[in-house]
Amino acid sequence: MTLPTQLRTRSETEAARLPPLLARAEHLAGTVLLGDHGRRRSGLGDDFWQYRPVRPGDSMRMVDWRRSAKSDGQFVREREWQVAQSVMLWVDQSASMGFGSVKGADTKCDRARVIALAVSILLIRGGERVGLTGISLPPRRGEGQILRLTDRLLQPEDEDYGSPEARAMLPHARAVFLSDFLGKTDAVEAALTKAADRGVRGVLMQVLDPAEESFPFRGRALFESMGATLRHETKKADDLKARYLDRLAERKARLTQLARATGWQFTSHRTDAPAQVALQWLYRALERRG
Amino acid sequence: MFGLPIAFSAPWLLTALIALPVLWLILRAIPPAPVRRRFPGVALLLGLQDEDTVTDRTPWWLLLLRMMTVAAVIVGLAGPILNPDPAGDGDGPLLIVFDGGWASADQWDAHVSAAEAELAKAARQGREAAVINLADPVEVQFLTADIWRTRLAGLQPLPWLPRAERLAEVADALGDGAVETFWLSSGLEFAGRSDILGDLRSRGVVRVFQPGTGAIALLPPKFEDGHIRLAAVRAMAVGGRDVGLNAIGRDPGGNETVLATSRFVFDDGAAEAGVDLVLPSELRARITRFELAGIRSAGTVVLADDALQRREIALVAGRQDREGLQLLSPLHYLRQALVPTADVIEGPLEDVLLANPQVIVLADVAVLSDAESAALLDWAEAGGLLLRFAGPKLAASGVSRKEEDPLMPVRLRAGGRSVGGAMSWGEPKALAPFDDNGPFAGLSVPDEVRVTAQVMAQPDPTLADRVIAALSDGTPLVTRKPLGDGQVVLFHVTANAEWSGLPLSGLFVQMLDRLAALGIADRTSAANMEGTTWQPQKVLDGFGALQDGQSLAGVSGESILAGQIGPQLRPGLYISDAQRLAVNANGPDAELRPFAWPADVPVEGSAAPPARELGGLILGLALALLLADIAASLLVSGRLWGSRVVAVLALALALPPYPADAQEDTAVEIAAEVVFGHVLTGDGQVDQAAFRGLQGLSRVLTFRTSIEPATPRGVDLERDELALYPLLYWPISPDQPIPSDEAYARLNTYLRSGGMILFDTRDADVAGFGAASPNGRKLQRLALPLDIPALEPVPQDHVLTRTFYLLQDFPGRYAGRDLWVEAAPPDAEQIEGMPFRNLNDGVSPVVIGGNDWAAAWAIDDNGRFVYPVGHGRGGERQRELAYRFGVNLVMHVLTGNYKSDQVHVPALLERLGQ
Repeated sequence: MTLPTQLRTRSETEAARLPPLLARAEHLAGTVLLGDHGRRRSGLGDDFWQYRPVRPGDSMRMVDWRRSAKSDGQFVREREWQVAQSVMLWVDQSASMGFGSVKGADTKCDRARVIALAVSILLIRGGERVGLTGISLPPRRGEGQILRLTDRLLQPEDEDYGSPEARAMLPHARAVFLSDFLGKTDAVEAALTKAADRGVRGVLMQVLDPAEESFPFRGRALFESMGATLRHETKKADDLKARYLDRLAERKARLTQLARATGWQFTSHRTDAPAQVALQWLYRALERRG
Repeated sequence: MFGLPIAFSAPWLLTALIALPVLWLILRAIPPAPVRRRFPGVALLLGLQDEDTVTDRTPWWLLLLRMMTVAAVIVGLAGPILNPDPAGDGDGPLLIVFDGGWASADQWDAHVSAAEAELAKAARQGREAAVINLADPVEVQFLTADIWRTRLAGLQPLPWLPRAERLAEVADALGDGAVETFWLSSGLEFAGRSDILGDLRSRGVVRVFQPGTGAIALLPPKFEDGHIRLAAVRAMAVGGRDVGLNAIGRDPGGNETVLATSRFVFDDGAAEAGVDLVLPSELRARITRFELAGIRSAGTVVLADDALQRREIALVAGRQDREGLQLLSPLHYLRQALVPTADVIEGPLEDVLLANPQVIVLADVAVLSDAESAALLDWAEAGGLLLRFAGPKLAASGVSRKEEDPLMPVRLRAGGRSVGGAMSWGEPKALAPFDDNGPFAGLSVPDEVRVTAQVMAQPDPTLADRVIAALSDGTPLVTRKPLGDGQVVLFHVTANAEWSGLPLSGLFVQMLDRLAALGIADRTSAANMEGTTWQPQKVLDGFGALQDGQSLAGVSGESILAGQIGPQLRPGLYISDAQRLAVNANGPDAELRPFAWPADVPVEGSAAPPARELGGLILGLALALLLADIAASLLVSGRLWGSRVVAVLALALALPPYPADAQEDTAVEIAAEVVFGHVLTGDGQVDQAAFRGLQGLSRVLTFRTSIEPATPRGVDLERDELALYPLLYWPISPDQPIPSDEAYARLNTYLRSGGMILFDTRDADVAGFGAASPNGRKLQRLALPLDIPALEPVPQDHVLTRTFYLLQDFPGRYAGRDLWVEAAPPDAEQIEGMPFRNLNDGVSPVVIGGNDWAAAWAIDDNGRFVYPVGHGRGGERQRELAYRFGVNLVMHVLTGNYKSDQVHVPALLERLGQ
């Protein structure tokens, strides 16, 4: 049971974390120059896009007479297509994401949250609707959504390894999955298949700690997962390094292959690399025509 | 054990070594504990098998290390002893006998450590022991050997040799019990030694330990004809030996020092060696003791007493009929010669006789009253030296003409003679060489000494015996006659340069010196000592060191004469009626005889290597092995190179001792070039600005002048050497720390030795110079302990205005008005026709302003100005003027008052024109 005072304390603690995350995300988002956010093609919208010669099938009402009067041909005035996309985020909040080998540096979870929030800010400023997968926070637009996202992103989960949430996906929306993908790949496969069925495309970003990519352990060791549900004991950790790295490469290859099959894109990000690189890549990947 | 000189005090403990193989098995079975690591990647590790399964056993070398640790602990606890003493010679009580006299002092450490080893052995065997010092025998106490070990440190050698009557008591005190004796001997024979040896041998085994080359003693000095004759004797007249002699006294500053050194050389087979010291009497008077170098013993120290001290010499001249002719005064040369070495008294004869001087000099005194003669005679017969000089009055008088005057050594002819003068034949006479047996033996006769007049002695049967110096024609120059205990000496010439050149030569001083040394009375004659009481002032301990003796009882003169050195009469310095007498451990005729031990008494020469307990060492080794084991365990479990260990190791390696060499190198670098310093304020921005400012100024100086400064440096007032910087720039910030007292002392030295500090309050934009601003107040606080002269605003004709550029303003980043320098001397006046006053002779030690010059000078690494100055062209001009001020300032520092001296240029030009 939570006493009101405890709730107050906890909420203040949480609230204290919120602005830094938001600030970092804003800061990160500020590194991407948005410029013009139109869809770069003609469609429904308010802004002028281009004049094009009249083609068969265009009704006379569509002819822009003012433009046509300046020359012999007839032109149609096209407007830029301005339709809002829905982007759904899934950020793995499980215990394994709380790992950080370098004290004081970002954990995987921190990095994933910042990237997710930064990309949300960019998308919302670009007029898109952003939300979380599942039913907890459906995509919406507006600055208020950023605050709501921040709030949701700060709620960790108890599971040892996260599995993607693929319920209630809007058809033809975009999705971003941020996780270390160290858990079972079956869940990922299932989620991607389900998303592909609904025409949802998106991006898989694997966030890994440097230690997970280099395996700098030696000697006798007992490895435990963050939730202590899995454990493995070894007499000589250095012997395992090569085989561990093989398995990691195998896991990445599997995810890449899975993404290609479903029309998604996959990348891997290390927490010791700048978050900006990941954000740039993510933003470009989302901008690409799906 | 095992062929090594090792034994164990608890050998049964070594059986625990059997358990080591068991330990081997146990340790092999237990693998090192694993490290628990949180690692999400474990999901990928599941199912992987270890390829190598051997490492779960402890590696053999780690096992070996641990076994060695345990073995070292066991062996260490078993109490190993290196060089154990041979097993006990007996089991009865042990008696340790020290000779204990001064003859043992030199080898005392060897004696004590031998006794210590013997007692330690006895303690291990559980025997009782007793220690006795023959020089001061007290009750014999048989106690546990360990108790005696603790008491050994309190045992000291005594400054006398054991005496027969006390030795008998020892034999009585021992009773009839059988004892084993260990005798620490000096090898010196003394009365009663054979008796007690016989007694001890009848009680049990006697072993003797006798280290060293035998005792050696220094005998009291004798004074013969101005020489100090010292002798040393030794007990074992075998082989040659060379021993240094130090004469120790006070230097003019009152500190004890070695005044003279010499060497005793013992020939093979000789038991005695002598040395003659010839010292200036000034030095001789300051000697307090002689000692043999490097031999600590009461027998090798002899104290000097009054016999070596300054003598009292009374000078009496005939009536002076003229005054003011100092160089003609009959006493002038005597005074010059005697004052450095003796206490000189002058006055009428009756007055000086009361002072009872050792020597009375009568310079050309002919007639004495009867009372004076009688008193003088009494004094001389009591041991005084009467030194007479001839002269016109003596020659004219009838003294000692018909009859020999008791106070004259010879009869005189009337009138004397003069040779080589205008009215006489012959050449002035030179001195004949001195007789080898006379008091002047060995003095060389300088050629330039000529005698032109003298009083002549009547030929008498006794004359030949009395002449101690003669002229080349055989006429006496100095005659001498014994007079009771004393003597009377007559120089047949004057004491001034009228009759001869003798008083002008160095020979005169030497002759006086020799004669005055003869004036010491033999105060230790039996008649003089009778009934006197002498209070010890300083006494010698057994090692020959002086101790305070004021608390000891007085000693009668008779017992001093008897010379029986013992607890009642300690060697030392005794005082009675302001006279000081030295009593030494050995009389003037002492000799040392070696004691011949019977052939069946074993005599050891030097101590066997002492037994050393190795337990602590081996337990320490076990501890070191344990530490190695920690490192090895970490290595095996893969934790040795964890980040923390690496950090600690790196820290340990990266913290070498402070590189003093580097600082020295820096000092050499700075000293090799002109380098400006800025005082580090602790405010990074201010320091940066100061550095860049000096950098900019250095660059401008390089471009425009022949001064090419190196890169400026920040100066830490607490640590850095200031003398290397010709100019210190000191920006003031309100919160900079106040330097320590040492730093201020160094700053003052720097200012006094020609350094200059440019204080800059950097606030001329907001405040005038003074205490109105925080920086100004800070400056006042900082400069309070500094040795700063009176200041004044730069006058129009100060040299700073013209050392390189002609300037009247000194703007920096701000164009404040005031710049303060050392005030001109109040008497500086403008000379007619000169453009400037001749102001300060030196360089102003401080220049104080607030224009933030460094900011105006500052350039960055690319040569661009860092801080804006003013606006537009006016600003550029202001910056230029700031640089010009800097150039002028540096020129002022480096050339001093050179430009100031140019006030003389018109005069010089005018002179050149002519």
